[in-house]
This record gives sequence, structure tokens and C-alpha cells, in this order.
Amino acid sequence: MSALPDAVEGAGTEAGSGSRRLADVIFRVREFGIIAVLLVFVAITSAIQPRFIDVQNIKFVFFNAVLFALLALGETMVVLTRNIDLSVSSVLGLSAYLSAHLFSQVHGVPIVVVFLAGLVIGLACGVVNGAITAVARVPSLVVTLATLYIFRALDVIIVGGGMVVASTLPNSFLAITTSSVGAVPYLAIVIAAVVLAGAFYLRSFRSGRELYAIGSNPAAATLAGIPTGKRIFSAFVISGGIAGIAGVLWAATYGTIDSTAGYGYELTVVAAVVVGGVNIFGGSGTVTGAALGALLLATINQALYVLGISSFWDLAIDGFLIVVAISLDHWISVRLTSALRKRSLQHAT
Amino acid sequence: MVPDAVHEGEIAAGPEAVNGPSSSAAASEPLLVLEHASKSFGAVRALEDASLELYPGETHGLVGENGAGKSTLVKILAGVHPPDGGVLRIGGREVVVPNPAAARDAGIAVIYQEPNLFPDLTVAENVFMGRQPLRAGHRIDGKAMHRRVLDLLVPLGVRLDPERIARGLSIADQQIVEIAKALSLEARVIIMDEPTAALSAYEVQRLFRVVDTLRASGAAVLFISHRLEEVFVICQRVTVMRDGRQVLSRPLEGLSADDLVRAMVGRDVVEREEREQVRRGDVVLRVDRLTREGVFVDVSFEVRSGEIVALAGLVGAGRSEVVRAIFGIDRYDAGTVHVAGKPLKKGAPVAAMAAGVGLVPEDRRLQGLVMELSIGGNIALASLKHVRHFGLVRRAAENRFATEWATRLSLRYRRFSNTVSTLSGGNQQKAVLAKWLSRRPQLLIVDEPTRGIDVATKSEVHRLLLELAQEGVAVLMISSELPEVLRVADRVLVMREGRLVAEFPHQEASEESLVAAATGQTEMFAP
Amino acid sequence: MRPETALGPSEVEAPAPPPGPATASLPSRETTSARDRARGLVRWESALVILLVATVLIGALTSRQFLTSTNIFSNVCLLYGELAIMTLPMTLVILAGEIDLSIASILALSSSLVGYLWENHWPMPLIMVCVLGVGLVCGAFNGILVTRFGLPSLAVTIGTKTLYAGIAEIVLGPAIITNFPSGYTTIGVNPFPGTHQLLSYSAVFFIVLAVIFGIVLHATSFGRSVVAIGWNKEAAQFAGIRVKRVKTLLYMVSGLMGSLAGILYTFRLSTAESDNGVDLVLPVIAVVLLGGVSIFGGKGTLVGVILGLLVYCGLQSALLLTNFNANALEIVTGGLLLLSVLIPNAGELTARARRFMNRYRVSGTS
Repeated sequence: MSALPDAVEGAGTEAGSGSRRLADVIFRVREFGIIAVLLVFVAITSAIQPRFIDVQNIKFVFFNAVLFALLALGETMVVLTRNIDLSVSSVLGLSAYLSAHLFSQVHGVPIVVVFLAGLVIGLACGVVNGAITAVARVPSLVVTLATLYIFRALDVIIVGGGMVVASTLPNSFLAITTSSVGAVPYLAIVIAAVVLAGAFYLRSFRSGRELYAIGSNPAAATLAGIPTGKRIFSAFVISGGIAGIAGVLWAATYGTIDSTAGYGYELTVVAAVVVGGVNIFGGSGTVTGAALGALLLATINQALYVLGISSFWDLAIDGFLIVVAISLDHWISVRLTSALRKRSLQHAT
Repeated sequence: MVPDAVHEGEIAAGPEAVNGPSSSAAASEPLLVLEHASKSFGAVRALEDASLELYPGETHGLVGENGAGKSTLVKILAGVHPPDGGVLRIGGREVVVPNPAAARDAGIAVIYQEPNLFPDLTVAENVFMGRQPLRAGHRIDGKAMHRRVLDLLVPLGVRLDPERIARGLSIADQQIVEIAKALSLEARVIIMDEPTAALSAYEVQRLFRVVDTLRASGAAVLFISHRLEEVFVICQRVTVMRDGRQVLSRPLEGLSADDLVRAMVGRDVVEREEREQVRRGDVVLRVDRLTREGVFVDVSFEVRSGEIVALAGLVGAGRSEVVRAIFGIDRYDAGTVHVAGKPLKKGAPVAAMAAGVGLVPEDRRLQGLVMELSIGGNIALASLKHVRHFGLVRRAAENRFATEWATRLSLRYRRFSNTVSTLSGGNQQKAVLAKWLSRRPQLLIVDEPTRGIDVATKSEVHRLLLELAQEGVAVLMISSELPEVLRVADRVLVMREGRLVAEFPHQEASEESLVAAATGQTEMFAP
Repeated sequence: MRPETALGPSEVEAPAPPPGPATASLPSRETTSARDRARGLVRWESALVILLVATVLIGALTSRQFLTSTNIFSNVCLLYGELAIMTLPMTLVILAGEIDLSIASILALSSSLVGYLWENHWPMPLIMVCVLGVGLVCGAFNGILVTRFGLPSLAVTIGTKTLYAGIAEIVLGPAIITNFPSGYTTIGVNPFPGTHQLLSYSAVFFIVLAVIFGIVLHATSFGRSVVAIGWNKEAAQFAGIRVKRVKTLLYMVSGLMGSLAGILYTFRLSTAESDNGVDLVLPVIAVVLLGGVSIFGGKGTLVGVILGLLVYCGLQSALLLTNFNANALEIVTGGLLLLSVLIPNAGELTARARRFMNRYRVSGTS
């Protein structure tokens, strides 16, 4: 064997920064990629149908996007920990009806109280999900599949055959979603701020980072002393609370609420999250990505509508995107790991 | 002798590393004292009466054969298992370590051979997860974290980018991250469990420098290794364990490798047993320039019927990977495999089995057996086609099939319908063997056939392998236990870092020559 | 030259494999002792028998109609025939350690196709063959994504569940097709001849298929492979079992059964609609888990699932007869699902609580 080369000191840094750049690029690409696809989509659609970029359409896009971006925020926190919350749509429906119903029950109830009611309903549902998943250690897929149906059934029972009609709701309430600054609804700005706040939390606070750790390597997380049960429980409670608020917003947007409010939304939320780059196994991804994913899906929906393609394509496209996004992510992850490993090996010998 | 080889060969190190610490810490009080520790797992007595004293500023080597109790000792110190008996004192005060968190609080850190990091998080976050430095408003201070990690890494002489994500880091770099984490937790006792097993020569050197730095800072390092020459390079004191207790514990000065081996084994260096001339038949397995990128390169060898060929080498040399590629569990990128003259389809265990190849895998609990299935079910699992009657498999048929070989192997069990997890380690291994032998393979590959097995069963297995060879079966055996290799093999192939580097016929093989080839101190190519 | 392995039946805290792409699709279990497990299964099935007897008794006591052949025919066999059929492949898929959330969407897609092709005047026999073929293809797609691409089945089947339901909507749109020939729709009205007015056509299909699936699972090498894969995929591979092939086949069978169920469903209701049966995925999984099959794979029997099915149907029809709010039935289903995963973990829960208590007693470091 040849004599040892003198310590190749700089090797660590070279490999390090090169690899970091590679990994960073991959992650950033996702968010820019979504924006790029979004722009391309808008460009093509408005070329075919110039009416697409008028104020009305943009408003509709923001309506949808706002709701899903909010739901995506909560779902992301759960998915980061290697769990899933399928019950968000049922929580939304329950909260939408009950909170709007409050207006006819309690005359002159302040809007803030209604929002609070929705929040509490959502938190309660989140507590159920979180307790069974984190404390009883039941897989969250099973738990939230069950609560998806249980909460929805509760909703159906409570609503009976009735519904809340827009005329019973105060105008100030219904105006929440329509009041805008130019073409951009005021609400969209608020939600964007909330999403950014969420992103900030996940990036800059210990408990936020711990969510990533739990999803990245659950065994190591426990060994490192992270209170995994507590964190997972909190993630579900927050997801529930957010779905509760989203329910109230849904009521404010659509005005008429029956027992089908939000039906099927959980699939779109999962699609937004997955398309937005959050790994379905947890450990990586950002809420901004997920929110952008929601924006993309809402844009696609609206574009299809404007182009005269029936809304029956929505579901199929969501499903297709989920499959593609998961496959792509997996492929990237495998490639990235072997590329990073090869770089390490090269610099070590 | 080993100390000379240290100066001539690759493993060059500073003079202070060979003969005692540069700091004058040698005379001080011990930092960690473990007295009369005992631990049993069921009927197996892993630790009898083990004691250990670690001094600050010293690297303490812990050596011993498989089953001697080293790993159990480490687990006790790490808080993974509580000891049945014994006292632990750190800094003079008695301490109880019921779980890993307590071990951490007590200042004990363990660097495992395969570290457990968060692949999606950065190096800095891996070091400080849960304890990230904060600034105003409880926000994580990324810059401070970055600086602190560099402050930990630079004195170790290692350059690693703290912002790099942990995914894809080499094992060596992962260990450095774990060491940095240990330092950030102000660990005073750093235990390294076989750290060099998967490292390249360069990385080993780097690790040695790191260990010296740790030592200089006053920590006590416990260095567990099978590589005796490394122990001589960086340790000042050594403890040899055998059968659950320490049999030797003193400064290294004046000791030779033979002394250590003698203490480990309890007898003189293994005598090569005379074996009767083996009748070697046709080539059953021919492997030509087998390559799998990043794992093994240009591996070529033959195994004839009636031969037992051992594949020796250090962990991480690529032996199990070669064998899994031959059998088809893993794929390979280049080269060919021929069984009895016919090419063997790659990546298809079914094809290998049809060609008469059997593989007894390395990890019997995870790979060799389905623990929750019955004994009969497991033995029949590889032969489901043969227990069919009119397409239907019946429990009775499975059991009958399994009984024949279970008897021949003297497998001790209560009832065939009991699950395999009720068997002892030795009998579990026999079940795996029965599974494959019942197919009457012409080539049997066994990966670490007697790992974690009691002595009596070990010799039964060896006898069995020899009998099989007599009957004309070609046997390819991977083993890390040198005495086993020397006792059983007709020919020994040595792999190192993915390449076949040496071949020894039985007469020329010795522990020294095998160790030398495996660690790259000298290389001999058999013609 | 090797680090020692821990001797004895030890614990979770051993060093884990180096970082790499995650491999688990469903969370993993901790092993319990074999005898406990065997006892557990027998206990579970006995509990189901007791539960079944109790349900039947309560049903008979609360309504004189309960044990009549009309009730059994209309409110059990007719209503749950398709669900029952779908539990069979789902049992095998879950035993193998995977899951198929898309089976009910394949039902919906099949129903839509039946309606669409019938509208376009295809002959019915051809339609049925075609639709069954589509079911196989959908299942194969699931299988390929899970085995060749190595994607987690949970995520994949959430995606394909959405995709197939979406395609069903595209195919049929808002249309509702109802003009099916009575020769076929009779299965929704008349019992299978020769069964004393008791069994529907779908029930008969189910019984035949249940026998086949039972034999396959418990008495063929394929069935042994499925169980081995569910307990320990790696060891199954090392034993020469073609894991990928087995799993793909399971998904294809699941797709086939889904489309069979779709055809039966359409004829029974004499209606093809794009969201037919989409909600059935929950009850199917609930019944399988209620039957004692472990969500982690390996453990479970078909007999248990059949018992679970009977308990479920009995409970539902008894409740219906007592004018229980029909919407609340889903709460019952969801609740049953939760209970069937909580109860096996109940032992662990108390064990963990006990350990938690102990930690406070034995604590004591510097």
C-alpha cells in the first residue's frame, strides 16, 4: 500500500459545501418549480382564454387557495412528524355548520366569538385525534380515517336535513372573504401572514424543529430526549384548530352550509402538501411550499373551469398530482442520497 | 510483532500516542469506576463479575472475543440495560443509569459503529437538537449554533460544513457529528464501540487524531476494537474480557499482541489443526470480476465441491454484500456468477435456489427467520413447493419435512408448532441451517454461522460444515472469528474495503497473516 | 473482528441503520412473546363469537323481524354483499403489511364504466369482461407503484383512490344511468334460487370467494408467503419468496374484486353513478381490523374477518330495525375501527403506564 497522503484537510469543507449546495438546490427548486409551473399555467391559460386574468377569476383563485393554504399549514405540521390527518374535511364541515348556526341561535353574537367557537370545535377534534395517536400509539392513518367518518356522521346528525342559509348571516360576516385590496382579498393577505408565521415558527423555534426531527428519525428523536408524544399531540391539536377556523371561513365564503360542507377536501389538502414538497414520510418540507401547492391546485381548478373543462376533472388531477409528486420525491430522495454519499466517499479516500 | 509494524506500516501516529499520555493525568483518580457488574439475559450470563476503571486523559482499550461481554458492558454504561448487580461510580459518586437520558446526564456518551442521525437535518441541528442556542424571544440563534459547531469541530481537526444535511454523510463523518454532539453535552466519558470497523485508512487516522484531542482535554475514552494494532497505537491502558469478566486490566506498556490474544482466548494462539486431505471436486461456484459500485470491486474466486472456503476481513469489507449479490438479494453492476458451469441470473434468489444455492444470512433474527412463525413453518419456508399435495400446503406436511433435518441437526425444541422465538440462539441458527440443508444445496453460503451462539452449539455447527464438505457440498463461509476460520476452512480469502486482497491455503493461514491482510498492513497475493 | 450482538431478547435501543430513504410504509410494531400472540388471536376470535351471539340475541329481542329471512336477505345480504366481497382481498393486502385505500374507488370507477358503456350500447357480457379487466389494471398500477417504485402504500393508495374516483367522474360526469335490463338487476330484488329466500346473489358470490380465499391463505404456499412477508419482508426475501410479485398480485386481485363489487353494486341498485360506493373503504378496513387482523401485517385469519363481518352486519341491521339514526351508523363503524386497534394496544398502554410510574420510583442520577 502506498504511504498515507498527508491529511487532506480541506476535503471536509469541499465535500461539505458542494453537498450543501446540492441539497439546498434540490429543496429550493421545489418552491421555485411550483411558482414556475404556476406561471406557465397562467400564461398558457390566458393565451387561450384572455379573460382568465381578470379580477373576478383571480379573486376566485384566491378564495380557494386561501382555504387550502390554511388547511395545508396544519396538515404540514402533522405530516412532518410522519403522521397524517385525514379528518380535516369533517372538522371543517362540523365547524362551518355549528359556528354559522350560532348566528341564528344567539342574536347579535360578535363575529370574534363565532371564530372562537369554530376554533374550539376544531381543537376538540384535534385533541381526540392527537390523544389516540400519540398516547394510545395507534397509527394516525387508522385514527383519522375513523374520525373522518365519525365527525362527518356527527355533522350529519346535528344538521339533520337542515342548513344554514346566507340570509341568516350578518353581512359583516359574509364580507370577510370578499373585502379586498384591489384584486387581492384582504383575507388572502391575512392567511399569507399566518402561513409565513407558521413557516417562521417551524424554522426558528426548538419545538418546530423537533417536529422535523421526529419525522426524520423517530427512534433518534426519542433518544435525543425529544418529547415525541407531546409534540405529535400538539401537531394534531393545531391541525384541528386550523381546520376549525377554516370551517368558519368556509361559512363566510359560501354562506349556505349543509352537512356536505368541505366533503372530500382532505384529499385536496394532502395533494397540496405533497405537491408542495413535504415528504409524506415526514422530516422535510416547508409550509410555504405546501401553501404554494395549494395555490397551484386552486389555479389549476380555476383554469380548467375557465377553459370550459368540466370540474369533474378536478379530482382526477388531484389524484394524478399526488401520485406524481410522491414518485418524484422518492426518486429525488434516492438520487440525492446516493449523490451525497458518493461525494463523501470521494473526499474521504 | 505488532508494535514494529506500527512504525513501518501505514498506521503512523505521533510518539505520544504509543507510550502514555502527554498530559500528566495518568496518576489521578479514576473518572469512572464500574465494580462487579453482572447481567444475565434469560439463561445466558453475559456479564459475570466485570470491573472497569477509566482515568481522565486516557484512552482505554477494551478487547475480547465475541461473547466476552464487551457489548453488554457498553450497554450498561449507556443506560440501555440496567445491570443485575454491581456499582457504578462517576467522579467518586455512586450513580444509577436506568436509561440513555440518565447516561447523558452522567456525562457518558457512546459513539456507535453506525450512528443514528437525522438525515433531513443539518449537521449543526443534529448536534444541538433540542438544545439549540437561543436568542431574544426564544428563537433559535442559527449563527451562534453554526459558530458553536465549528468551535467543536475545529479543535478536533475536522472540517465539516455545519449547514450540510446529514443525509449521505459517510459513516466516518457521522461519527464525528456524534462526537461533536457528545462534546456539546460535556461528556467526560466517551465510549467508542468498534468505531473503525467501517472506516477507510485515512478516516481511521483522522479519528485517532480526534481521540487524542479528546484525551488531551481530559476526557476518558473507552475504545472497543477487534483490531489489536489500533489498540496499541492509541490506547494507554487495556482491559481484556473473557467469559463475562475482565481477565487483564493494566497499562499497555510492555504488553505484546500475543499477550492480549492469549488473555482473550485463554490459551495460546490457536494451533492450526491438522485436517485430512480434502477431496476437491469440480468448481461449483465461479465468481468473475464481480463489481458493485461503491461496495465491492473486481471480486473473483472459485469454490469447489468438498471445499470450505472462508471469506475473512473486517466489518465493512464488503463480504456480506458480495455474498448477497451472488445469491440475488442485491444486484451487482459488473461481472458474472457461474454455478456448476452455468451462468446465474442476477438479482433473483429464486434462480439461485433453483441452481442449488442456499444462503444462511448474517442476521438470523431479521433475515434468517420469521420470528413469529412456527419452527416447522420456518424450516419449510424455503421449500414451500415441496410440501404441497395437490397444490395445498398442510401443517402436518410442513412438520414432517422439517423433522428430518431438525433431528439430524439435533435441534432442541419442545413442539414444532411453537414459534421460533422460543428457541435459544444456537437452536435458532440450527433452524436456519435446517431450512437450507433440507433443500440439499450444492453450494451453501453461510454468513457468520456461529455468531452469538454458545460454545457447544458452535462446535456442532463446525462439525456439520465439515460433514457437508465431506459429502461434496461446496461451502462458502463468511466469518469474523479467526479461530473458527482457522479451524474449519480449507482456503481463506481476505477482503479489504471491497477488494479481495489475499488468499491463503489452510497451511499458510494464521491469525497474524489474516489480520495483517485484513487491515492492509501487508498484502500478499496468492498466485 | 465483529462487534458482539446483544445476547437475549433485547430491546429497541440498539443502534439503528445509517440514514437513508425511509422504508416503512406503515408503522412498525414491537414484538411480543409468541405464546401471548397465539393466545391473543384465539381470545380475539372467541370474543367475536361471543359478540356475534350477543348481537344476534339483542337483535332478536328488540325486533321480531330480526331473524326473518326477509330481514336477512334485504338488510344483511343485499346491503353488505359487495362490502363483504371487498374484505377478502383487503385481508390479504393488510396481512402482507400493506394497505389498499383505493378499492372502493375502483368500485366507483367500475360502476361508472358499466353505466357509460351501457349508454354506448355495448353488449353487457363484453362490458363485464372489460370492467373486470380495468379493475385488474388499476390494481396492477397500485402494485407497480408500491413494488417497483418502492412507494409507501398508504400514500400511493391515497393518490390512486383520488385518481380512480376522479376518472369515474370524468367517465360518467353527472349522469345517472338506470335503464339496465331486468335480467341483471334482478340480483337486487330476488334472492339466489335454492337458498330458501335467504341469500342474495352477492352473498353467494361472497361465500364461494371466501372459501377460495380461505384455502389460498391458509393452505397454499402463496398464502404462506403472504403471511411471511407481512411478519418479516426481509426474511421472506432471503427465503426466496418473490415479494414484489406476491404484492403486485395481491393488488391486482384487490382491483379485480373491487370491480366485481362495482358490477354487483350497479345491478343491485340498478343505478350507475360516479360516486357509487366510494365511502365503502372505511367499513371494509374496519371489518378486517375488527376481525383481528393486525394493521402491521402478519397476524390474522380469514375466519376472524368473517366473524367480524357477521358482527358488523348484525349490529348494523339490528340498529336499523330499531330506528336508530341511520347517519349514526357511521359513528358505530368508526368507533368499531378505533376499538379494534385500541384493544390490542391496551395491554401495551397499561404496560407503558406502569413503566412510566416505575421511572419515577427508580430515578436517581447525579
